[in-house]
Amino acid sequence: MPAVIEVRNLHKRYADKVAVEDVSLTVQEGEIFGILGPNGAGKTTSVECIAGLRTPDRGEIKVCGLNPLRDRAELTRRLGVQLQAGQLPDRLQVAEALELYASFYPEPADWRALMHGLGLADKARTAYAKLSGGQKQRLSIALALVGNPKVAILDELTTGLDPQARRETWELIENVRAGGVTIVLVTHFMEEAERLCDRLALIDGGRVVAVDTPAGLTERARIEQRIQFRPSRPLADHLLTGLPEVSGLTRRGELVIVSGNDNALNAVTAVLARNRIVAERLRVEQASLEEAFVQLTGGRLDSR
Amino acid sequence: MSVLNTAAPAAAPAASGSATWRLIKAESRLSIRDKVGPLWGVGCPLIVLIILGVVPALREPVEAAGGLTYFDLYVPVLILFNLAILAMTALPTTLAGYRENGVLRRMQTTPIGPARVLSAQLAANFAIALVATVLFLAVAGLGFGVDLPRHPVGFILSWLLASAALLAVGLLITALSPGRGAATAIGTVLFFPMMFFAGLWVPVAQMPEMLQTISHYTPLGAGMQAFQEAYLGHFPSAAPLLTLAAYAAGCTIIAIRWFRWE
Ligand SMILES: Nc1ncnc2c1ncn2[C@@H]1O[C@H](COP(=O)(O)OP(=O)(O)O)[C@@H](O)[C@H]1O
Ligand SMILES: [Mg+2]
Repeated sequence: MPAVIEVRNLHKRYADKVAVEDVSLTVQEGEIFGILGPNGAGKTTSVECIAGLRTPDRGEIKVCGLNPLRDRAELTRRLGVQLQAGQLPDRLQVAEALELYASFYPEPADWRALMHGLGLADKARTAYAKLSGGQKQRLSIALALVGNPKVAILDELTTGLDPQARRETWELIENVRAGGVTIVLVTHFMEEAERLCDRLALIDGGRVVAVDTPAGLTERARIEQRIQFRPSRPLADHLLTGLPEVSGLTRRGELVIVSGNDNALNAVTAVLARNRIVAERLRVEQASLEEAFVQLTGGRLDSR
Repeated sequence: MSVLNTAAPAAAPAASGSATWRLIKAESRLSIRDKVGPLWGVGCPLIVLIILGVVPALREPVEAAGGLTYFDLYVPVLILFNLAILAMTALPTTLAGYRENGVLRRMQTTPIGPARVLSAQLAANFAIALVATVLFLAVAGLGFGVDLPRHPVGFILSWLLASAALLAVGLLITALSPGRGAATAIGTVLFFPMMFFAGLWVPVAQMPEMLQTISHYTPLGAGMQAFQEAYLGHFPSAAPLLTLAAYAAGCTIIAIRWFRWE
C-alpha cells in the first residue's frame, strides 16, 4: 500500500521549549493511524506540522506527495483537519457553517447528510456558542469531512464527549474509513486507540517510542509476564527464582507473584507439578495496551 | 450511519468566487447579529440625526463654514461617526476575537484561507457603512430638507477614501492588539479624540487654530474637511484627500507587515 503521509525526523521547538524532538512515521493509504501519548507529548504540534499549520524547524513531511507548506492550495483540498483549538464565530449557526465550509471545496460532501449523520439536524439553526461541548465537537468533525478529504486528521476527537457520544463517534470514524479516507487519529484514550486504530505511534517527550498494531504493542510489553498464584504447600523461592525464564518473585500474603518472559508460565507449572504443589487461584496477567504504554514509555497516560 | 456515502453532490463544484461571496454574506449576517455595528454604528447616529434635526437653533449658519448650518455639518459628522464605529470598534473586535478563538486557524485548514475572512469582514463593514450613509443622506434630505452634497463625485471619492482610511486603521488595531479585549479597548479609546477632531462636539471651524491644524491631519478631521468642501460644491482639495490616502496605505502596509494570525 502506498504511503499517504511520510514524516522524517520532524523537529519543532517553541521559543522556550522543544515540543517535538524527533518524530518519523509513515501512514498507509486507507488505515486508521493512531498517535497516542500523554498530554504535552507533542502530538498536536506534530499533526499541526503535518497539516502545514506550523513550520517545522527540521525534518521532511509529505502528505499525498505534497509539501504541506508549499502546496497549500492542493493540500487543503485533500486533507480535512479537526483541530484541538479551533472554533467558529459565536453567532454562526450549524447549517450555515456547514454550507459555508462546503462551498470552500471543489467537490464537497453533502453537508445535510453529514449533519444528519452526526446527529446535528435538530441543531441546524442553533448558534455555535449555544452548542454543548459534544455538539461543537461533532460539528468540528463534520467540518473536517465536509470537503470530502482523502486524508483526515482528527485531534482529540472524543475528548469532552460522554461515553455514548464517544461510541457513536467511533462508529462514524469507522464509516469514514470504510469510505476510503485515511485517518490520523490523535488521542490519549487507550480504549479509543485499541478500538479504532490499525496501527499506532506511541509518542512521549517529543519522540516516537514505538509504532505497531495495538496487538503488537501489547505483545512487546508482554515480555514481562506476571503469574500470580497461591501454592497449596509451602514453596521455597529458589525453586522458581533459579529458572532462567523467571526474572523476579515477590510475595503478597499467601500469594506468590512471579514475573518472567513468555515461557515463564510453562516453566513454573512444570516445577510446581514436579514438587506436587497445586497453583491455586492461578492468574496470568494479560498486558493491556495501557500497560504496554507504561512499559514502553516508562510513563503514564493521564486521563483527563 | 451512512455519513460518508454522501459524496458526489448534485450541485456543480463551487467556484471560489462563490465561496468568497458566501463568506461576505455570512460575515455581513454575523455583523448584523452582533449588534455592535447596527446599534452603535447605525442606530445611534441615526437617532442623533433625527433629534438634532428638530432643534431649531441648529439651523443657524455656522461662522466660517461657508453658509452651512450646524445641522448641515452634523450630517457628514454622523456619517464619519458611523464609519468610525464600524471600522475602529466592530471590525477589530470581531477579527481579534476570530484570532483569539481559533476561527482564523480553522480557516487556515481550508482552501480558502484566513486572509479571505479578513477581506470578507472588511467588505461586510463597508457594505453596512454604505447602506447607513445612504440612509443618513435620505433621512437628512427627505426628513429635514438638507441638500445633498453639491459636488457628488467629490463627496463619493471622499467617502471612499475615508472608509478606506478608517478600515485600514481598524485593521492596524486588529493587527497590533494582543486579544479581543485589547482591540475593543484601543478602538474605543481612539474613537473619542478622533470624533472630537471631526467636530462631533464643536464644529472644526470654531476650534482654535492649533486644533484645526491637528484636526486636518487626523483621518476623521481630513474626512470632515473633504466632506465639507464637497457639500459646498467644490472638488475637495488635495490635502485632505492625500491625508486620507496616506492613512489608508500606511496603516494597511503596517497591518499586513505585522499581522499575527494566531
Ligand atoms: N504555541 C505554543 N507555544 C509554546 N509552547 C507550546 C505551544 N503549543 C504547545 N506547546 C508546548 O509544547 C509541548 C507539546 O505540546 P502539544 O504538541 O500540544 O502536545 P500534546 O498535543 O501531545 O498534548 C507542550 O509542552 C506544550 O506546553
Ligand atoms: Mg494535543
